[in-house]
Amino acid sequence: MAVSEIHGDVRTEEFLLNMGPQHPSTHGVLRVVIRTDGEIVLEATSHVGYLHRCFEKCAENVTYKQVVPYTDRMDYLAAMHNNVAFSLGAERLLEWEEFIPRRTKIIRTLLCELQRIASHLMSLGTYGLDLGAITFFLHCFRERERILDLFEEICGQRLNYSYVIPGGFAYPWPDSINDKIRDFCVFFEERIDEYNQLLSTNGIFIERTRDIGVVPAELAINYGCTGPMLRGSGLRRDLRFDQPYLIYDELIEQKVFKMIVAGDQSYGFDWNVGVLGDCWSRYMIRALELEESRKVVLHCLDLLEKEPVDSHDLIKQARRAYKAKKGQESYVRVENPRGELGYYIVSDGKANPYRVRARGPSFNNLSILSDISEGSMVADLCAIIGSIDIVLGEVDR
Amino acid sequence: MSFEALTDSLKGAHGDAVLEAVTEFGDPFVVVDPARILDVMSYLKDSPETNLDCLSLVSGVDYPSDGIMEVVYHLDSIRRNTPYTVKVKVDRDNCRMPSITSIFKTAKWHEREVYDLSGVHFEGHPNLTRILCADDWVGHPLRKDYAWPEQYHGIPCGPFAMEDKNIPPEWEIEGFTTKNTG
Repeated sequence: MAVSEIHGDVRTEEFLLNMGPQHPSTHGVLRVVIRTDGEIVLEATSHVGYLHRCFEKCAENVTYKQVVPYTDRMDYLAAMHNNVAFSLGAERLLEWEEFIPRRTKIIRTLLCELQRIASHLMSLGTYGLDLGAITFFLHCFRERERILDLFEEICGQRLNYSYVIPGGFAYPWPDSINDKIRDFCVFFEERIDEYNQLLSTNGIFIERTRDIGVVPAELAINYGCTGPMLRGSGLRRDLRFDQPYLIYDELIEQKVFKMIVAGDQSYGFDWNVGVLGDCWSRYMIRALELEESRKVVLHCLDLLEKEPVDSHDLIKQARRAYKAKKGQESYVRVENPRGELGYYIVSDGKANPYRVRARGPSFNNLSILSDISEGSMVADLCAIIGSIDIVLGEVDR
Repeated sequence: MSFEALTDSLKGAHGDAVLEAVTEFGDPFVVVDPARILDVMSYLKDSPETNLDCLSLVSGVDYPSDGIMEVVYHLDSIRRNTPYTVKVKVDRDNCRMPSITSIFKTAKWHEREVYDLSGVHFEGHPNLTRILCADDWVGHPLRKDYAWPEQYHGIPCGPFAMEDKNIPPEWEIEGFTTKNTG
């Protein structure tokens, strides 16, 4: 077609565009069908289910302990949280909560926060990558690699740990790792400043993300969004504070860490870059949570070194039968890096669960996409999807 | 607010819809009449007393021996931190009940999932289609009487499908055993 002909026809018409299932910025296998008018997105419909592997059906046919490896594959960037959430659910169902030693709880808290750092690094890094900041991605991956090395030394796995099981751990905690984790935390403190200099305060990055994909607080609640999606809209909601599990109540009492909420001026930080609830707010929540998690890890290490090992506890647990009462049910939620992760478990008195239902934060967070992307530019859709921080393994289960 | 206080508040407004309140099996829950679910949910969400503004999870639990399908709603209040569980029991052979998408948008995807996997038809849902399984999948896998299809578009499926004799010959690989050796 000649150039003159193109210039003669400036009219746009509606056009259906398929984004995915194989698209680098969809972070997995997500298909978004976009109805566009020129560069404007009129409607974005997400189609999920490409990674469906019947987690809930599989879980009905195995024992409580055998469900744990399946939970790893849910949110593979935060497998430790999935292990912990399922184990806490199973422990409440089996009425084991009182038998769990304090040391176990401390280690679980430490692992959760270390995993949160690793997951946020991945999320921030790939978000930069989506928007073209490749250097930042490499910096994030360098540090994430060190955390994965630590996990490898703890349980022999780098991604799908299966380390936390109902009643305790799959392997004993190696005490030699404590110093290595401490070294990492000291090393990591300076890196956080480096990230903020590289990307958080980068003018091009701020222009790409502010005022885009704004999530109003009421809409976020109505869609069941949680985690940075909700806190990015200025709502104070974090299960670690609101419904404490493990040893978080103690950490809050001692003011070890605080909740990061967009628009909270007490952080000594100017939030007035864009509108409350935009992509930049959500990014910034994650960037600031790195430091809070680092503090918790260090505090847990101090607690852990003071806590004696009581091997009798572990033996007592191992001998307990993995059977719950008939009709018993529990719904336990934890705050995973993406939001509230919950497991609803129903027992019929047998060794295997009668029904396991998983509530994935990504599933709920993704469902808001069609509402917040309406009227945005096609190029901004990548920024919006990246800021939701989805893991398709968990959406599709 | 405690579970008892929330239940009393609900009973005060819609006493005839609440069938029972159960506290003996771990997490407490109330069972309500499926036909009145819209009234119950809109009261729980909008009443300043209860203010349960967030629907956390919708699940379907199948009990073939009792002939019922339970639909479980886990609610929570973002501002007040009061988790609350509402259950509905429907006839599993005629699984129909009103959709609550007009009250909670979370239900849009959750009800689709419950329909897909447990086969509950939510009347009034704007787009009640399968979400996780393929559109042409047959049956609802999380029903306890679900029979695995022998194949899906020529692909053998079901537990231990690869052990089965009906593997097409072109799938056989020399020197590779599909038998379960464990």
